[in-house]
Amino acid sequence: MLEDWLLTLVTFLPLVGVGFILITTRGDEEEASTAAKQMALLTTGCVFLLSLLIWVNFDATTADFQLVKRIEWIPGSSISYHVGVDGISMWFVLLSTFLTPICILASWDAIKTRVREYMIAFLVLETMMVGMFVSLDILLFYVFFEGVLIPMFLIIGVWGGANRVYAAFKFFLYTLTGSVLMLVAILTMYGIAGTTDIPRLMEAGFSPDLQFWLWLAFFASFAVKVPMWPVHTWLPDAHVEAPTAGSVILAGVLLKMGGYGFLRFSIPMFPDASAYFAPLIFGLSVVAVIYTSLVALVQKDMKKLIAYSSIAHMGFVTIGMFTMTTQGVEGSIFQMLSHGIVSGALFLCVGVVYDRMHTREIDAYGGLANNMPRYALVFMVFMMASVGLPGTSGFVGEILILVGAFQASTWLAALTATGLILGAAYMLYLYRRVIFGALEKDSLKALVDLNRREIAIFAPLLILVFWMGIYPSTFLDLMAVSVDNLITNYTVALGEAAGPALAAK
Amino acid sequence: MLTAIVFLPLLGAIIAGFFGRQIGDRGAQIVTCGAMGISAILGVIAFIEVALGGEPRTVRLMNWISSGTFEVDWALRFDTLTAVMVIVVTVVSTCVHVYSVGYMSHDASKPRFMAYLSLFTFAMLMLVTADNLVQLFFGWEGVGLASYLLIGFWFHKPTANAASIKAFVVNRVGDFGFALGIFGVYMLFDSVQFDVIFAAAPDVAGQTMEFLGFQWDALTIVSILLFIGAMGKSAQLGLHTWLPDAMEGPTPVSALIHAATMVTAGVFLVARMSPMMEYAPTALEVVTVVGALTAFFAATIGVCQTDIKRVIAYSTCSQLGYMFFALGVGAYPAAIFHLMTHAFFKALLFLSAGSVIHAIHDEQDMRNMGGLWRKIPYTYAMMWIGSLALAGIPFFAGYYSKDIMLEAAFGAHSAVGTFAFWMGIAAAVLTAFYSWRLLYLTFHGTPRMDQHTFDHAHESPPVMMGPLVVLAIGAIFSGFVGYEHFVGDGEAAFWGASILMLAREGGENILEMAHHVPTWVKLLPFVMGLIGIGVATLAYVLRPGIPAATAKAVRPLYLFLLNKWYFDEAYDWLFVKRSWQLGQIFWRHGDQSFIDGFGPDGIASMARALAGRASALQSGYVYHYAFAMLIGVSALISWYIVFGG
Repeated sequence: MLEDWLLTLVTFLPLVGVGFILITTRGDEEEASTAAKQMALLTTGCVFLLSLLIWVNFDATTADFQLVKRIEWIPGSSISYHVGVDGISMWFVLLSTFLTPICILASWDAIKTRVREYMIAFLVLETMMVGMFVSLDILLFYVFFEGVLIPMFLIIGVWGGANRVYAAFKFFLYTLTGSVLMLVAILTMYGIAGTTDIPRLMEAGFSPDLQFWLWLAFFASFAVKVPMWPVHTWLPDAHVEAPTAGSVILAGVLLKMGGYGFLRFSIPMFPDASAYFAPLIFGLSVVAVIYTSLVALVQKDMKKLIAYSSIAHMGFVTIGMFTMTTQGVEGSIFQMLSHGIVSGALFLCVGVVYDRMHTREIDAYGGLANNMPRYALVFMVFMMASVGLPGTSGFVGEILILVGAFQASTWLAALTATGLILGAAYMLYLYRRVIFGALEKDSLKALVDLNRREIAIFAPLLILVFWMGIYPSTFLDLMAVSVDNLITNYTVALGEAAGPALAAK
Repeated sequence: MLTAIVFLPLLGAIIAGFFGRQIGDRGAQIVTCGAMGISAILGVIAFIEVALGGEPRTVRLMNWISSGTFEVDWALRFDTLTAVMVIVVTVVSTCVHVYSVGYMSHDASKPRFMAYLSLFTFAMLMLVTADNLVQLFFGWEGVGLASYLLIGFWFHKPTANAASIKAFVVNRVGDFGFALGIFGVYMLFDSVQFDVIFAAAPDVAGQTMEFLGFQWDALTIVSILLFIGAMGKSAQLGLHTWLPDAMEGPTPVSALIHAATMVTAGVFLVARMSPMMEYAPTALEVVTVVGALTAFFAATIGVCQTDIKRVIAYSTCSQLGYMFFALGVGAYPAAIFHLMTHAFFKALLFLSAGSVIHAIHDEQDMRNMGGLWRKIPYTYAMMWIGSLALAGIPFFAGYYSKDIMLEAAFGAHSAVGTFAFWMGIAAAVLTAFYSWRLLYLTFHGTPRMDQHTFDHAHESPPVMMGPLVVLAIGAIFSGFVGYEHFVGDGEAAFWGASILMLAREGGENILEMAHHVPTWVKLLPFVMGLIGIGVATLAYVLRPGIPAATAKAVRPLYLFLLNKWYFDEAYDWLFVKRSWQLGQIFWRHGDQSFIDGFGPDGIASMARALAGRASALQSGYVYHYAFAMLIGVSALISWYIVFGG
C-alpha cells in the first residue's frame, strides 16, 4: 500500500508543510518566522527520510519503472497522472530531497525578510523538483519542469542581491524560450503517438526526419538548463544574485534537469537524431569545458567563478552521456550527483563568508586559514573534489566519462581532459586568494570559525563526498541495469534504422 | 600486516590532524612518529618475506569502481619491486618524521605538519602497492595533494603559495598524459589490472591504435602517454619547472618528497610497467633521450645556483634523469637500485642542508655562508658522506648504482644508449663539481654572514642528528650490500616476476651486457668524479678568483644557466599569460559583448526601445487619445466595408 503511494507522498508532502505554515504561523513576525523555519525543516527532513524508503524498496535487478502509480487525469485523452522511478531518476529524487533540508538550514540566519514566504517557496520548489523526476507522463513532466521555474524565479527576484531583477528576468527569458519549443514538440508527439505516456513514447519509434526536429526542440530546452555553451550566460548572473540556498538548488538540482532530460527523452525517444547530433553536443561541450574554465580563471567574484566551473563540469556530463558507452553514461549520471553535492557545498562555502562579510569579491578576502581553520579544511575538501582528486566523488565521474570519451574519439578525450588542468588552476588560485596568505585585512580578523549549525550542514556533504569517492559501487550498482537497458535500446533502435536505409541503397 | 603498513600512517595523520589540539604538539609527534616507526618495522619484515623469501602476494581490500567491464579494486600488491619501494619509503619517512620534531620545534602548527607528512606517506604507500593503474593514480594524485599542502605549508608566504600551485598544476599536465595512457590501456586490454595487462602484453604488441588522428603502434603510444605522467611527477625536462620552486617548503619536506620518494614515483611507474614497456622499444628510446637530456641539463643549472636547497634540487632532477635513461635502455633493476641509494644519500644531503639552515637561522643563500665546518662538525661530516655517495666515489652507495646505470647505457650498444652514456659522463663531472662547490662555499673560506649569526651557529639537537646517522649508514652501505641482489648475479631470483627484461641479441639480458663492458667504461665515471672535485677545489679553494672571472668571460652562457635556460619565462609567456588573455577575451567579448549582446540583453533592449516608442504615443492629453480613437474607428469601419461585405 505504502509502496504504491510512496512517490506521490514524497512529491506532495512539502505542500502539506506549506499548508501547515499558512495555517499555524500567524501573529508576531518574529515568532511566525521561527515557526515557519522549524516547520519547513521538519517537513523537508521527513521528506528526506521518506525518500530513503524509495532506495530501500528499489529493486536493482530490473530496468522497469518501479513504485509505479497511475491514475486517469483527463478522461479519454490518455493523459494521466503516472509516476515511477528507475535506476536513473531515483538518484535525482534523492539528491533533491537531500539538498532541500540543507538549504533550509543554510538559510536559517541569512534570510531576514519575509521568512514565511521564503520557506513556502522552497517547499513548493521541492515538490516541483521531485515531481519532475518521478513523472512518467510527458505532460505531467512538462508541468513540473516549468513549475520549478516559478519558485526559483521568486527566490532570486525577491531575496536576491542588488541586481536581482535583471538576473531573474534573464533566467526566466532563457529558460522559457526553450520550454516553448519543447511544448510544441510534446504536442506534436502526442498528435502522432496518441499518448503522453513516457514508457509508451519510448517505444513509439518516430521517423528519423521527425526525430530531427523533435530532438532540436527538446535540445533548445535542455541545453539552456544544463547549461551548454553558448546559452550559458544566464547562469553566472543567476548564481551571483541568488541567495546562498538558491544557488545550492540551482547548481545542485536545476542544472541536472537538462542532463536528466537528455537521458529520459532525447536519447531513448530520438536515438537516430541523438546519434546524428552527438558531434554537435561534443563540440559545444568541449568548447564549454575549455572556454568556461578560462573564463573562470579571470573572475573576481567567488560565486561567478564557481558558476563558470559548474558550466565546465556540466560539459563533462553532456560529453559522457552522448558517448553512449556504459562508462560514459554511468559516469555522467555519477558526475551529476557528485556535482550536485560538490558545487552545492562550494556555494555554501561562499555563503559562510558572505554571511559574515557581505561581499563576494575575492580580493576582499585572504588569510582565512589563520582564524578559520575548520572552514579552510572544509573548503579544501570540496575544492579537491571539484578538481577531481581520486578518493573524492569528483574523480569517479570524471574518469568514467573520460574512459567513455576515449572510446568515442581520442580527440574528444584529449580535449576534455584539458579541463583537468584548467580546473586545478582556477580552483587552486581561488583557494589561495581566499584562504591562504597573511591575515592582513582588519575586517577579516574578527571572523569566527564555523558554528555548530554550519558544521551540521557540511558534515553530511563531507561524508557523501568521500563515500562516493571511495565506494561508488553503492551508487553505480543501482544504476547499472537501467543504463544498460538505455544503451541496449539505443543500439537496437540505431540498428533498425540503419537496416532499411541500407536496404534502400 | 601488509594492510597495517599502508594504513598506520593514515591513522597517524587522522589522529594528529583532527585531534592535534586535544593531544597537544608532543602527542601528535609521538603518534605520527610511532605509527611510522611501526610501519617501517613491518615494512622490513615484509621485505624479508616477500623479496628475500620470494613470496609475492596481493591483498584485496574491496571493490572500488565497477562500470561495465571497467573494474577497479582497492588492493595491495606486494612483490619485490613494491617491497623495495616500501622499505625505502617507510625508512626515509620515519627518519624525516623524527627529524621534523627537532626542525619544526619553533613552528606554531606542529600537529598539522606531522599530519601532512603522514598523509603523504600513506598516499605514497598506496601508490607503490597498487595492483592496478587507477589505484596507482589515486596514490599519484594523493602524493601530489600532500606535496601541494607541504610546499604551501607556510601559507603566509606568497612565494610558497605560488610554488605550491605551480607544483600541482604542472603535475596535472603530466597527469593529463597519464590519464590518457590509462584510457588507452583500458581500450587495448579491456582492463587496468596489472596482472591482466602483463599477461596480454606480448599479444598486443604490434597492434596499431588511432590517437589524435594518427595511427600509432598501440603499446608505443600508450607507453609514451604514461611516461608523460612520469615526467611530470619526476620533474623531467620540460615538466621540471615546479621542482626547484618546491624548495619553498620546509626542508624535511624537500628531503622526503622532493628527493627520496615522491619524485621517484615516475621511475617506479616505468619499472612497474616493464612487462609492457619491453614490447614498446620506441617508447623506451624516448625515455632514454629525455632522461639523458635531463641528467645533463639539470646538472648544468646546478653549477650556477646559489641557494643551497636549489643546488640539491637540481641535483635530484639530474639524478632522476640518470634513472630514466637506465630505464630506457631496459636496465630497470639498475634504475631501482639507484632510486634506493639515491633516496638515502639525497635525503641525507637535504637534511644536512636543513641542519645548516637551522644552525644559521633560516639562511639558505650560500653566498652568506662559509667557514661553518668548525661550528657544526657533525653536519659537515654528514654532508661529506652524502656528497661522496652522490659523486660516485668508490665504495659509497652511489658508486655502485651510478656505475651500473652508465655501464648499462654503454652496454646497450644502441645509438640512444651511447648518447645517454656520454651525457651521463658529462653530468658526472658537473655533479662532482657542484657538490664540492656546495661544500666549499658552505663550510670553508671566510664566514660571509654577520658576526652575530656566526657566533650563534650551533649544532642541531640529537633528535635531528639521529636520523642523519641512520641515513648516512644507508648512504655508505646500501650500495655495497644491495649490489648482488639488485643488479648482480642474484638479480633474477631477487626480482622474480616483478620486472621483465627481455633477452637481447646473444641471449643476454641488459644487466649481463652491462657487466661485460670494457674496463675504461667502468673506470671513467670515477675519474670524471675526481676531475669534478679537482676543478671545484681549484676554483673555490686554491684560486678563488676563477668563478667570477669565468662568469664574466662567458657571461651569456652564465646568465643562461643562472636563469635556468629561461624555461620559467618561456612558460609564463606562452601558457600563463595566454590563458589569462584568452579568459579575459572570452569573458568580456565572448560572454558579455557577443552572447549577451545579441541574446538576452539585445532582445531586452529591443523590447525596451519598442516600448519606449509606444509610450511616446501616450502623451496624456485627452485630445490625442480622442484623435487616435477616431482614426482607429474610421479605419475599422473602412476595413469592414471593403472586406467585410
